[in-house]
Amino acid sequence: MTTAQSLITIGIIAGATILTRFLPFLLFPAGKPTPGYVRYLGKVLPAAVFGMLVIYCLKNVSIVSGSHGLPEFIAIAAVVALHLWKRQTLLSIAGGTVCYMLLVQFVFK
Amino acid sequence: MKKEPPNGPVLKNALRAALPRTLPVLTGYLFLGMTYGVYMNVSGFPFWYPMLMSIVVFAGSAEFVAVSLLLGPFAPLQAFLVILMLNARHLFYGISMLDKYKGLGLKKLYLIYALTDETFSVNCSAELPENVDRGLFYLLVTVLDHCYWVTGATLGGVLGSLVTFSTRGLDFVMTAMFVVIFLDRWLKEKSHISALLGLGLTLVCLIVFGPDRFLLPAMGAILLSLTLLRRPLERRAGDAV
Repeated sequence: MTTAQSLITIGIIAGATILTRFLPFLLFPAGKPTPGYVRYLGKVLPAAVFGMLVIYCLKNVSIVSGSHGLPEFIAIAAVVALHLWKRQTLLSIAGGTVCYMLLVQFVFK
Repeated sequence: MKKEPPNGPVLKNALRAALPRTLPVLTGYLFLGMTYGVYMNVSGFPFWYPMLMSIVVFAGSAEFVAVSLLLGPFAPLQAFLVILMLNARHLFYGISMLDKYKGLGLKKLYLIYALTDETFSVNCSAELPENVDRGLFYLLVTVLDHCYWVTGATLGGVLGSLVTFSTRGLDFVMTAMFVVIFLDRWLKEKSHISALLGLGLTLVCLIVFGPDRFLLPAMGAILLSLTLLRRPLERRAGDAV
């Protein structure tokens, strides 16, 4: 690819990304009343989306090979336990991450 | 008492709310951004490529895929379709933020332009005290996250293979953040149906379709099931779903 071609490709990648981000706002502009169905989706989707994102982060974890997803499972359990105990968002995130790093660097090498 | 300039406390309050909430993103974006920059560097691109990409595209997974698109033959239509599918999940973020981003004027354009998984998560889940300007908070979170990513990607692009990672596993910070946000919602919500559908249907689709193809079917299944369940869900939860 020439530099011009790669710049065009970058432009297209940016354009496609921008399109996915703006589309809902273009389809349902703030000035007009949003259809009830879309407002309903706006309320119920976030809960489902966060469930989806959790799985999305774990998409490359294999249960059947390697460490069988054990470090991920343990670290997530640690995040949940820490969070239920202290309810300190940053502490739960940092604690779980440190736990995961220790597991993959020293235990499940 | 010293009188604050009119914008002083407003900005300070918003920043005080925004900064701590973006700290997990700071860690994750610097690390993943660096990984991305290094990947671009060792794939033979000068540092301004990852810098440019992280400014104009600002979508992690798309930027990683873009490396192979840029290394392959010139195929604009294919690039367009691949990125469209990969980023289709942004549609869900937009629909969820329609109300929250309403009436924010020009800020809104940038908020939408830079709406990533992580920025969406922070902005969608933030419960703000009265004295924090909502629009300004959203803007600061978005700008900060964007800066973290550009900094990481540029550093990685400059340093390239000089960077040796003894930080294996640090990317888990993003997973941990999503888990905490999911859990916080779970503890507050009256009905867990939507959360369980998101978790369960995505998992089933991941098992059935594999890690490269599961996202679109999962989104379709979530949309379909929420549509079919509209009546019971609206009746059960009232306004506070």
